[in-house]
Amino acid sequence: MSNAAANLVALNTIVRREIVRIMRIWTQTLIPPAITMTLYFVIFGKLIGSRIGTIEGGFSYMQYIVPGLVMMSIITNSYGNISSSFFGAKFSRAVEEMLVSPMPNWVILLGYVTGAVTRGLVVGVLVLVIALFFTHLQVVHPLITFASVLLGATIFSLAGFVNAVYAKKFDDIALVPTFVLTPLTYLGGVFYSVNMLAEPWQALSRINPILYMVNAFRFGVLGVSDVHVGWAFAVMLGFVVALSVVALQLLKRGVGLRS
Amino acid sequence: MSPHVPSVPALVVDNLRKTYANGVEALKGVSLTVQPGDFFALLGPNGAGKSTLIGILSSLVNSTGGDAQVFGVSVNKQRNEAMKLIGLVPQEINFNQFEKPFDICVNEAGFYGIPRRIAAVRAEKYLKELRLWDKAQHQARMLSGGMKRRLMIARAMMNEPKLLILDEPTAGVDIEIRRSMWQFVSGINAAGTTVILTTHYLEEAEQLCRNIAIIDHGTIVENTTMKQLLATLDVETFVLDAARVPAELPALPGVSLRRVDEHTLEAEMARSHDLNSLFAALSAHGITVTSMRNKTNRLEELFVRLVENGRSEPARGGQEKVA
Repeated sequence: MSNAAANLVALNTIVRREIVRIMRIWTQTLIPPAITMTLYFVIFGKLIGSRIGTIEGGFSYMQYIVPGLVMMSIITNSYGNISSSFFGAKFSRAVEEMLVSPMPNWVILLGYVTGAVTRGLVVGVLVLVIALFFTHLQVVHPLITFASVLLGATIFSLAGFVNAVYAKKFDDIALVPTFVLTPLTYLGGVFYSVNMLAEPWQALSRINPILYMVNAFRFGVLGVSDVHVGWAFAVMLGFVVALSVVALQLLKRGVGLRS
Repeated sequence: MSPHVPSVPALVVDNLRKTYANGVEALKGVSLTVQPGDFFALLGPNGAGKSTLIGILSSLVNSTGGDAQVFGVSVNKQRNEAMKLIGLVPQEINFNQFEKPFDICVNEAGFYGIPRRIAAVRAEKYLKELRLWDKAQHQARMLSGGMKRRLMIARAMMNEPKLLILDEPTAGVDIEIRRSMWQFVSGINAAGTTVILTTHYLEEAEQLCRNIAIIDHGTIVENTTMKQLLATLDVETFVLDAARVPAELPALPGVSLRRVDEHTLEAEMARSHDLNSLFAALSAHGITVTSMRNKTNRLEELFVRLVENGRSEPARGGQEKVA
């Protein structure tokens, strides 16, 4: 069997195992984000949103926050999936099954990232379906919508992988989501347009990568964005490349994995 | 061993060194060769460097010097190719306990690029041979300790390795299961797979292995055939059960007797000393021997001696020469 065919089998194995894991613990992986986002839609979208009126481009507040909340779910679930799954494998030493195999490092990384992106996409679709119970949406640019979702999920899958590699205990994989991911998400224009902020907050918001993901996705769905969409994709692609290089280097050096 | 010996050794370990980040020098230039088809024992006390050596061979540990070749393939330079040839049964349980044994085996094969269709057939074969087939669809955490160890052997066989490394595979396993594991591994070895075994059950190594290396403090202190090693043991101690052992024991030439209790005594004597004369002498003093056994495993005695010698003087014997 050629190396390419063997690598494909190995990749399929990891992806399949990740999807089986997601489905096996669906009450932890799929249901909580659906419940959380339903609450967001009810409280922020319906109750508070009805008093806010229209925002940026004449959209209702509910319509405006749906893309941000969908992207928020995708980001947090992609991140959470890979960090807990890979760290779990490290903790139980099951990761050694892969480390002693002839599988190249990029296959391990791609397999875990694909699994995490899959969970992000499934949760994103779930949240979007729930949103349709509260408002109507028309996707203006389907390709941009899909590309932004894919890149956003990939970036945070890679970031979650790096976190899991460095993590020494379960607390370490909870620290980044709590102290970095959640604040950046809330300050990334999910609930508001950054144009509403005064300087220097507006300028500061533009160094937040989540702002670009949320706005690229919002542009895809609603056709409005706080940032130029081309710039948003350049930033996202830059993050994908940079984080991939970091993750592969960590695997090559065996940081946290090989003695 | 097969009469036809291929020219490429199964394993060549060449001046392998490992110093951990905390400064601990686990391997101080280890060299050894294992021939294809061999059943090789790698013994040593806890912390001697066995697991570090196995870790380097299986690429879980990065060496700080030297290299190892598996059937001529360098672990350092051609890692992926070398790993295709190795099956590893680690010391610690290292599978996802929430997965099923069948899935664990099939996934393992997948990591080696073996298609699922072939993997499923192999999983059934090895799980059946290791008497785990009835547990194949149970969560692995429900298995007993012995079953988990057998599962790791089945998993290691999924890529049908040319070199199978067993790192204390029978630790904490009862004798019946241990024997069934020996039987399985002996069968694998007879079919041509080279086996390297580390164990603290020296009886296991003595029964199964043809060649042996003893490692202590990161250095090989002995590397020879099991036969030659056992032949160096010049004194043996027997435990004799007797109808009655008198309080005052007779003095016998060439034999040191010690009374354990009123029905047991120990006799230490040179291996060249014949047993008939011992029995005759005891009988003449009114001691009737009803049964006897070796006090300790022979290899155990040698092992302790070699390790103790190694600690009091520089390394001797074997292929290992420490600079």
